[in-house]
Amino acid sequence: MAHAHESNTKRIWVVLGILSLLTTVEVVLGIIKPASLHLHGIGTSWLNWIFIILTLVKAYYIAWAFMHLEGEKKWFRRSIVWSAVFLICYIIVLFLTEGGYLHSTLGPLVKW
Amino acid sequence: MEANIAIPSDSKGTWSGGGVKPFGASYGKMMMWFFIVSDALTFSGFLAAYGLTRFKFIDSWPIADEVFTHFPGLHGVHAPMYYVALMTFILIVSSVTMVLAVDAGHQKKQSKVAWYMFATIVFGIIFVGSQAWEWKNFINGSYGAVKTTDGKILQFVKDGHQIALSDFVVGERTDGRVQHKRENGLWFEGEGTIANYSVAQVQEAYKANQDVLIRSELIDPATKQKIIFSREDGALRLAKAKLVVEGANLHVNEYGNSIFADFFFFITGFHGFHVLSGIILNIIIFINVILGTYERRGHYEMVEKVGLYWHFVDLVWVFVFTFFYLV
Repeated sequence: MAHAHESNTKRIWVVLGILSLLTTVEVVLGIIKPASLHLHGIGTSWLNWIFIILTLVKAYYIAWAFMHLEGEKKWFRRSIVWSAVFLICYIIVLFLTEGGYLHSTLGPLVKW
Repeated sequence: MEANIAIPSDSKGTWSGGGVKPFGASYGKMMMWFFIVSDALTFSGFLAAYGLTRFKFIDSWPIADEVFTHFPGLHGVHAPMYYVALMTFILIVSSVTMVLAVDAGHQKKQSKVAWYMFATIVFGIIFVGSQAWEWKNFINGSYGAVKTTDGKILQFVKDGHQIALSDFVVGERTDGRVQHKRENGLWFEGEGTIANYSVAQVQEAYKANQDVLIRSELIDPATKQKIIFSREDGALRLAKAKLVVEGANLHVNEYGNSIFADFFFFITGFHGFHVLSGIILNIIIFINVILGTYERRGHYEMVEKVGLYWHFVDLVWVFVFTFFYLV
């Protein structure tokens, strides 16, 4: 809170620029869907990996700059970020594994 | 009585939890953060459930580009993604005006805080309005499809592009079926809007139009496009049609699997509800700013706290945008 009375407007505009740029990149890629990125990849397409990574980068900037996590005490920040990240990763791994299993079990039974 | 109170505080200090600030964060701010963590887990639960379902139907899930194609003022133009991109941008800008309000609050500039809060509220209202428009398009549908007895959705294409039922089925509904209303029922029954065409009419029109093909829900892994049947195969599929579907509701939708629409309504609806709550909170704080409440209190921390909530709503949208519209 040492910098509480300082104005951080420059930082805010820089972050707005970064977020807009990343969103624009996502949208352009989403509309063009270059075949080399869309049809190939490990696990999922490269395009999906790009989207997910850019989303995490955006989330980082929103949480750190806008929600001002960068200005909080280290362990307050960690109590928030580590708990949430751990639990979210946990549920995602379990649910997606289960979803993949359901598909491999039920998928062959569907006649198209 | 005093002996039971660990931290001496007068009634004014209730919401600040007295003077104790673990981690240098006030009581209100810390509780807002813990609420946000729990709310983030709720949204993660929804999005993970969406992921599970999508993995379960990975070979036949609707392709977002083909579902969300509208842009205001552009009728009949295929404009995937542009509208949600605009909504995303509006929400990011509202986040920026919010953080500028917090910043102005640190400098105790009352009128600046008020103006930035006002801008945030306006952008928030624009966002919710946009979402309502998105829902309207989703519910009304744009093409129409047919559902078969084995629960598959069949869409119609011509020259590789999806076409609406009205593009090749001519005339009014011919089987004389009208919407059943409560006032002409024997008992207290009604029904939803019925389709503009009967199943038989669609089947006839398909036979009559040699250049219309039928598209399945199944995705070809090589091209990541929906598989299009030959005329003969299509006729076999269409013979099993039992329902003409126009638009979307919780039971059936023209885009594909019914659970796709359920997730759309549930997740974007829950997010929209958060935005609405955020707007209401912002309005309350905005009024307090104008009344000079925080000027008298000596600090603008309340603006910071609703700001946290507002940024969180933006944060969630970033993920909803990615997993519903992009991936």
